[in-house]
Amino acid sequence: MLYREALNKALDEMMSRDSSVVLLGEDIGFYGGNYKVTEGLYARYGEKRVIDTPIAENTIVGTAIGMAIGGLRPVAEIMTVNFSLIAFDQIVNQLAKIRYMSGGKITLPMVIRMPQGVAKQLAAQHSQSLERLFASIPGLRVLVASDATTAYYGLKFAISTDDPVIFLEHLLLYPEKMEIEEEKHFSPYRARIKKEGEGITIISYLKMLHDTLKAVPTIEKELDTTCEVIDLCSINPLDVETISKSVKKTKRLVVITEEPKTGSYANEILNKVLEEVFYELDAPPLKIGAEDVPTPYNRTLELASIPTPEKIAKQIIIWGRKHGI
Amino acid sequence: MNKSYAEQFYYLMKLGRVFELRAKEEYMKGNIGGFLHLAIGEEAVHVGSVLGFGKGDVFVHYREHVYALAKGIEPKYIMAELFGKITGVSKGKGGSMHLYDPKFNFYGGNAIVGAYIPHAVGTAFARKYMGDTTGVLVAFGDGATNSGNFFESINTASKWEVPVLFLCENNYYAIGTRIDRVSPFVDLYKKAKDYMPAKQVDGMNIFEVFDAVKKAKEYIESEGKPYFIEALTYRYEPHSITDTGDYRSPRELKIAKEKDPIENLKAIALREGLLTEDYIKFVDDKVKQIVEDAVEFAISSPEPPLEELYKDVFCEVCIDVVS
Repeated sequence: MLYREALNKALDEMMSRDSSVVLLGEDIGFYGGNYKVTEGLYARYGEKRVIDTPIAENTIVGTAIGMAIGGLRPVAEIMTVNFSLIAFDQIVNQLAKIRYMSGGKITLPMVIRMPQGVAKQLAAQHSQSLERLFASIPGLRVLVASDATTAYYGLKFAISTDDPVIFLEHLLLYPEKMEIEEEKHFSPYRARIKKEGEGITIISYLKMLHDTLKAVPTIEKELDTTCEVIDLCSINPLDVETISKSVKKTKRLVVITEEPKTGSYANEILNKVLEEVFYELDAPPLKIGAEDVPTPYNRTLELASIPTPEKIAKQIIIWGRKHGI
Repeated sequence: MNKSYAEQFYYLMKLGRVFELRAKEEYMKGNIGGFLHLAIGEEAVHVGSVLGFGKGDVFVHYREHVYALAKGIEPKYIMAELFGKITGVSKGKGGSMHLYDPKFNFYGGNAIVGAYIPHAVGTAFARKYMGDTTGVLVAFGDGATNSGNFFESINTASKWEVPVLFLCENNYYAIGTRIDRVSPFVDLYKKAKDYMPAKQVDGMNIFEVFDAVKKAKEYIESEGKPYFIEALTYRYEPHSITDTGDYRSPRELKIAKEKDPIENLKAIALREGLLTEDYIKFVDDKVKQIVEDAVEFAISSPEPPLEELYKDVFCEVCIDVVS
């Protein structure tokens, strides 16, 4: 199975289970979706449930809010997170606030799905990661789907909960082969330990999680230790408990995101976790992220702007040696 | 036009005006905070459209007290909301600009110009999807017709064929800027006429507003398509209570007030025998008492307890597990 097929399976199951689930977005119906996440659903459920919208993100989110008010469970697809900025008034001023401003009288059970991150030479306007923006708005749940399991169960949860959910995917994961691990009780707001270890806790998600896992054998060999790798899964709420428990064991913390380092969501993770474990640490925490530049088109420069398995390994090894691992 | 409608018109318009004048007084006393946008002068549009529309969802802007009253929300719950009390229609968390009550199909009260127009389109889609042919009313000012939300929404509503009545209240001013300074033409119905039937009415005459909205409602529900009405009106008060309003000349204001919608209704209704002087006196006394009671209710209501701060951000009964 491909990562995108896990998302498709979640959409398909929720649509067959509940006729109030509708999809809307650009190119998602007749055309089948620019990244094929909605492939086959138009043929199966028809144009009333798989709705092609104009290229007008503000309208996609705005009408989805109205649909949720009217009793549906819309799943809006924004083609990439970069275009969500066009809908930011709807997301921040409307979606995140209407439940509160109405004293809880109006609920908006809806999902905005969108891929983010650096793909391959798409240049600065198509390569951003923006989880920090959504994370900082009270009223939004923010999930990140790093693999087929979290994609499948996470999206099913996002559709079934009554809170508005920002559901972030990664452009480069869509064609990746992976399987859904069967889970009896999936907790969407819990971080997941992908690999157990004793010496360093590494927090990551989306593509950076996969790059981290690739870097780990080198790190473990060079530093003669073991790494505990955690997939964050949920940006808001943040599972401080799982992370803190791991750091209390390993005494060392690394956070890796694809966002530019200044103001990245890694800062928030560090802040919340350090409040819990500061005196437990044997080394200052390490933050790895993209350079503070717009993403360049040129492939060499593009790769230089973001963490890669090689750079992750190198930075952690240097940091580890400096701090006595 | 029958007598019963004329009586409802007068009752609701007068209630709206007395309510708002009293809210202004309470604002001056410091009992109401933030912004307070008064609709005095525009009552014929607000009451006439709600009654002409009848059953159906309503989405409006931040100058919405009279719409909320006309939809049936009790004055005391609106006044308590203005006072920020827990008994308010939005538990004191929304204030004047954010009155919501789904029981009355009333969905705000929205403080971002034009941003709720697509919500109305989406809700109309949802109703239609679920087999309900009832239309949706969305009202906005002249200023909103210059925004992307407006143009995107008339495009989408027209293509999706959903029963939305777009009601533009052209009071000629977007805060302090006159419409002809920011729009290439001032007959705003022309902005929609290639997408849907669009007409202009005298918004100072409630009979005209009521009739036009009633016909439009019949159209949107029988055809399942949108419709646009521009109602020419005027607000006597500044944009918000904190605005000086000195961008309009005393002469302009005087001319507008000569077309006062309540006086206009009285004159027509008395002449046609639809209202009596006795009824008018009865209503005048009654609404005064209702508004005094609403203020008393608001004053005596408790403040929201501090734990309310954290409530209604997220779903509290949702289970955080999926299986």
